[in-house]
Amino acid sequence: MRYAMAIDTKKCVGCGDCVVACQTENNVPHGYCRDWIVESVDGTYPSLSLEFRSERCNHCDNSPCVRCCPTGASHIEEGGIVTVTHDKCIGCGACIQSCPYDARYSHPEGYVDKCTFCIHRVQKGQKPACVEVCPTSCLYFGDLDDPNSDVSLAIKDRKWKTLAPEAGTDPQLYFLT
Amino acid sequence: MKEELFVSGRNIPNIDPYLNIWHWQIPLYLFLGGLAAGILFFAGYYVVRGKEKEMQTTVKWAPVLAPIALVLGLFALFLDLKHKLYFWQLYTTIRLESPMGWGAWTLMIITPLSFVWVASYMKELIPGWNWKFEFLEKFEAWVIKNRVGLAWIMMIYAIILGVYTGILLSAFNARPLWNTSILGPLFLVSGFSTGLAAIIWMSKDANERKVLSRIDLVFIFIELFLIVHLFMGFLAGSQTAIEAANLFLGGEFTVSFWVFVVLIGLILPATFETIEIWGIHVPKWIPPAMILFGGFMFRFIMVEAGQITRYLY
Repeated sequence: MRYAMAIDTKKCVGCGDCVVACQTENNVPHGYCRDWIVESVDGTYPSLSLEFRSERCNHCDNSPCVRCCPTGASHIEEGGIVTVTHDKCIGCGACIQSCPYDARYSHPEGYVDKCTFCIHRVQKGQKPACVEVCPTSCLYFGDLDDPNSDVSLAIKDRKWKTLAPEAGTDPQLYFLT
Repeated sequence: MKEELFVSGRNIPNIDPYLNIWHWQIPLYLFLGGLAAGILFFAGYYVVRGKEKEMQTTVKWAPVLAPIALVLGLFALFLDLKHKLYFWQLYTTIRLESPMGWGAWTLMIITPLSFVWVASYMKELIPGWNWKFEFLEKFEAWVIKNRVGLAWIMMIYAIILGVYTGILLSAFNARPLWNTSILGPLFLVSGFSTGLAAIIWMSKDANERKVLSRIDLVFIFIELFLIVHLFMGFLAGSQTAIEAANLFLGGEFTVSFWVFVVLIGLILPATFETIEIWGIHVPKWIPPAMILFGGFMFRFIMVEAGQITRYLY
């Protein structure tokens, strides 16, 4: 089993609903977020192209945050989901330094926090909160090992990219372009 | 070309717009760790060489600084933790892949060793000292008998500690300024140089100072060579590495790095140590004070600047 997410950058309008849904679902403290929207404008005026990306933890296969954690608080759950055990985390910040995507932050209570792919929902067979609420249905979640899952079908016939693949992290967010 | 990059929905404290999760505590700890590593290495080295008599300060007096530096360094590390009451979790696991895990265990070994080393010289440092308990006296006698063995272990752990202060940073692939394997040897050499500086400052024996100053000169030249190598590597590297180097070659850390670290911390003390060899007298505290200042600034600037560097996408 390998959970992953696909983000259709052509369908995303950058409304930020995924961000708010995540903050509500996961009780993210005010001023923090586990997912965010990047609006990237490429080209030179007047020939410009705009890309919207709903970004979050890439739940990397070769996750530097898990490797550098001195206590084993950052670990990989079944299906490749990277999570942090709060009462094992000492808040040293090593994983925050190690993440090329800056997906982690120091929770005001001291431990390090990040996107969990809503593991508490996924284990019950539900979709992550961001995927559930997306008004344009541009987010696809599922098991890459299952050829009929939403995410497998989404990336099957489309061109996609991952972010900073040269970082060697083997990221598991697929941006359809 | 990238016309504009706009990120909405996030302005996280200490993460945006630039990562700044490590403040003064980490560079202070890296400095104190390197200093202790240098002092302990040379204390061990001169015991192994059988030169305790000639190098009194190196072997007996300067090591008093090591446990103090290590305990202060550990305290700085503790202050850096955001989830402080769980710090003991460091010692419930052995994680071979984690440099910070390695460091925690190395400190767990070398800190008590440095205390034992100082304790074994207590009677020579403070005449009339007695341990009051029979078992402590016996332990002391055992340590003194096995001092050469202890010296070897201490030298090996001093090298591990010195290299580790660099590897802690170089293991972070996400920060291009740190992600170079030259940082391990560079921090080791710089740490040994600050250790030597502290001993030279303490020593009242002109002959001992002369021997140590010459070794220090060699270390300073190796350090300058490694710094040149560091930038050559960056400039021949990927765009992320070039941008990291540019922070020091015209960017915001240019003046602080080349003036405080290279000029005041390396070139001027090397010059003073050289003219001292030629017979021109320089007040003995000036070169070591400069080296110690430069060593601290080096770590401070590297930690600060490294956090700004990142992948581009």
